[in-house]
Amino acid sequence: MDKNQFLFLLGGLKWTLALSAIGFALGSVAGLGVALARTSGRRGLERGAAAYIALFQGTPLLMQLFVVYYGLALAGLKLDPWVSVSIGFTLHAGAFLGEIWRGSIEAVPRGQVEAAKALSLGYLDRMKDVVLPQAIRISLPATIGFLVQLIKGTSLAAIIGFTELMRAGTIVSNQNFKPLLVLGLVCALYFALCWPLSLYGAWLERRLVTAAR
Amino acid sequence: MNYKFDFGPVIEGLPELLWGCAGTLGLALSGMVLALIIGIGGVLLRDSRLASLRWLVIAFVEAIRNTPFLGQIYFVFFALPMVGIRLDPTLTAIIALGVNGGAYAIEIIRGGVQSINKGQVEAGLALGLSRTLIFRLIVLKPALRAIFPSLTSQFIMLTLTTSIASAISAYELTSVGQAIETNTFRSFEVYGVVTLLYLAMSWMLMQMFARINARFLLYPVK
Repeated sequence: MDKNQFLFLLGGLKWTLALSAIGFALGSVAGLGVALARTSGRRGLERGAAAYIALFQGTPLLMQLFVVYYGLALAGLKLDPWVSVSIGFTLHAGAFLGEIWRGSIEAVPRGQVEAAKALSLGYLDRMKDVVLPQAIRISLPATIGFLVQLIKGTSLAAIIGFTELMRAGTIVSNQNFKPLLVLGLVCALYFALCWPLSLYGAWLERRLVTAAR
Repeated sequence: MNYKFDFGPVIEGLPELLWGCAGTLGLALSGMVLALIIGIGGVLLRDSRLASLRWLVIAFVEAIRNTPFLGQIYFVFFALPMVGIRLDPTLTAIIALGVNGGAYAIEIIRGGVQSINKGQVEAGLALGLSRTLIFRLIVLKPALRAIFPSLTSQFIMLTLTTSIASAISAYELTSVGQAIETNTFRSFEVYGVVTLLYLAMSWMLMQMFARINARFLLYPVK
């Protein structure tokens, strides 16, 4: 493998990072909305959020990307592939983060909400100053676990034809006929991204368990 | 929007798609059996007296859990022929799924084994229960009860993961859908229906596992 091919892989890595960042950032916004809807106490909103979560947790990410990709094209939107892929990852991340954060919001002791109500805090203040700060702490290990899933999941954009790290790898291995070397390197790059996050998530979880005792 | 939906080709291809579903479930099931074998073997090695074996298992689990499945399946696809093993794509996919699921199974089963309190086994001995009864009632059932939810949700995840095996054209639902799509160009309709079929499969599996759990594993604690 020569220097140019290696640089090409790093160029793919850049897109993997960008896709993960966009999916996670926009997915967090969507996920917060889903989690709040899911715990709102209003039946319509709760059912809608639950259906959205069930749809995205019960189907393969690859199919979600396909449907969004072709669906947006049908709707007459001429979008860059990376825009439709980003929308796909955002919807995916929104459902998973929404479910994780719903659990965390419900894990905050009830007395906290009741105390906030007794102090006559409105919904917004109650969420912003009492519930969410505690829920975020509880949710952090699972959120980081999902971020790792998301980074690995961005590799599926390769099947759609988007040149991120995995597709850059298959392109290079088609040139130099050393698939194992190139794939090994590509996987090592993913590992270098994901492993520190996994270790950090495990550490946070241990700390959280100790704190709860 | 002036696109006219045409589900005709999808309805014509429905029998093929249903066979694809069977392929998906077969792939997931065989992958899970392999994953359980790797999982049980891994747990035994994980607590081995040889430090090198323990580290090998830890390295395996971390390597698999922190790299994408697409990379793993490509790797198996290219690596097997190099060591002289020629398998068709579906068998290759089963191996990749088993290895991937195995890493997760190791962690799940290990958690279940660790959840068994040694004092309970001793209490069983003190009550004069036979060894088989102790194993059945005090070791196996609580351990199964502890790992059943995570193991079954892992199985559903594995079922959804099989769609990635279409990348090496293994026989399963996604690749059947892709074949229909290339012949008819009805991409949205085909993948929409395929997605709903996956949803139906994961829903059915969820119901089935919940029933099994309620029928055989749930009993009042305390």
